[in-house]
Amino acid sequence: MGFLGQLGQVGHYLPMLLRASLVNLELLWALLLIGFSLGTLVALLQVYGGRLLGTLAYIYEWVFRSVPALVLLFLFYYGPSHFGLDIQSFLAACLALGFRSSAYQSQIFRGAIQAIPTGQMVAARALGMSRPRAILHVILPQAFRLAIPGWSNEFSSVTKDTTLAYAVGLNEIMRYAKIVMDRQYELAMATFIVVALVFLAFTYSGNALLGQLERRFRIPGLQMPGATL
Amino acid sequence: MNALLVVEDLHKRYGREEVLKGVSFELERGETKVIIGPSGTGKSTLLRCINRLTEPDRGRVWLDGVEVTSPKTNINRIRAQIGFVFQDFNLFTHLTALENVRLGPMRVLGMKKAEATRLAMEELARVGLADKAEAYPAQLSGGQQQRVSIARALAMNPKLILFDEPTSALDPELIGEVLTVMTKLAQEGMTMIVVTHEMGFARSVADEIIFMEKGVIVEQGPPAQLFSSPKHPRTAEFLRKITELYGGEG
Repeated sequence: MGFLGQLGQVGHYLPMLLRASLVNLELLWALLLIGFSLGTLVALLQVYGGRLLGTLAYIYEWVFRSVPALVLLFLFYYGPSHFGLDIQSFLAACLALGFRSSAYQSQIFRGAIQAIPTGQMVAARALGMSRPRAILHVILPQAFRLAIPGWSNEFSSVTKDTTLAYAVGLNEIMRYAKIVMDRQYELAMATFIVVALVFLAFTYSGNALLGQLERRFRIPGLQMPGATL
Repeated sequence: MNALLVVEDLHKRYGREEVLKGVSFELERGETKVIIGPSGTGKSTLLRCINRLTEPDRGRVWLDGVEVTSPKTNINRIRAQIGFVFQDFNLFTHLTALENVRLGPMRVLGMKKAEATRLAMEELARVGLADKAEAYPAQLSGGQQQRVSIARALAMNPKLILFDEPTSALDPELIGEVLTVMTKLAQEGMTMIVVTHEMGFARSVADEIIFMEKGVIVEQGPPAQLFSSPKHPRTAEFLRKITELYGGEG
């Protein structure tokens, strides 16, 4: 059977694979949500949190950026059962990979926050804004704009990381690809090419959306330094 | 206490360097005081200590009978009553001119959006920039940005406005439009303290001039007296130098 024939046969399994990829998308949403909110919080604590909270935020970031993703997954999946808790693989993946992404995202946001000239905060405080209010209305709206390019990088990573949840038995695309392969070993390559194409589509659409977001929120008159040189 | 602002014995030290060595003065309602003096003599630090953007080490400040420097005072409430105009404008870069001006009224004074917008448009018109309401700071000239930042201060209906070298970052041809706005404000009875090197402005607009050097007030008095017959030799020397540098009417 030629390679095209194999691709044709994988076509049989395509609906199943695509349905499974929805689980990856679901997990992706959860990871981005957890990563974004916790990442912002950790970045704010590192910049504004003072010594105690700042140190805690640094330890959190250090741990979740240092421990390998698979190790985190196993810790969150098998760990709770030691204490008699049963944790579903989806939840375990959300926590392990979500915390991990928040640690990475925190550094993207911290860099962006620290790139805002101090005069912005000073001017906000001079108007009588409290610090949290100044952060909310002046610092974060500017920082998030700066963070989009770096964040799109993290978006691609997290998208791909959803396949790691395969290791804790989540019924996502990799698991089904493996089932296809176990049934018809000769389809292995064709199957994983399909999986690869699915992820190309994911990151393509995601990055297109982020590009739109970046253009939508571009500040008129402000250019990248050197853009016209 | 009748004065709007009372500054008493302010001290500030950065590391080994004592920037303010006991500065005291009073400011009446409607008065314009201009602070002059060589660079690095604590003029900006003095302004920042008044609304505690910089925390003074010692000394006290009262605004309208309320002690600004008391730990019990809600400093945000005080700052909302003191406008501050920065040398480098510090407009919020992600907001239009209109949004810059109405942010304080909305987020600090709790004004409704429609009302804040109306007020912001009035203040922009007051500085001659009603037609630039939708422009972002990066689309405005330095002079226009500084006028927007004056409108931003005005929109808070402040009891006084502190100007920290408001024209020092501007190209010479843009200085005039900012000084014109400030002169108009002074004539309308706004209470202001202005740190500046613009001697022409100081001479024609100030009710009183303070000459500061090395963290102390060397001399203060009405412009006519200070410019024509300074009592202190340091004042005379500074005025001579600055006149050479900037020309007579600066």
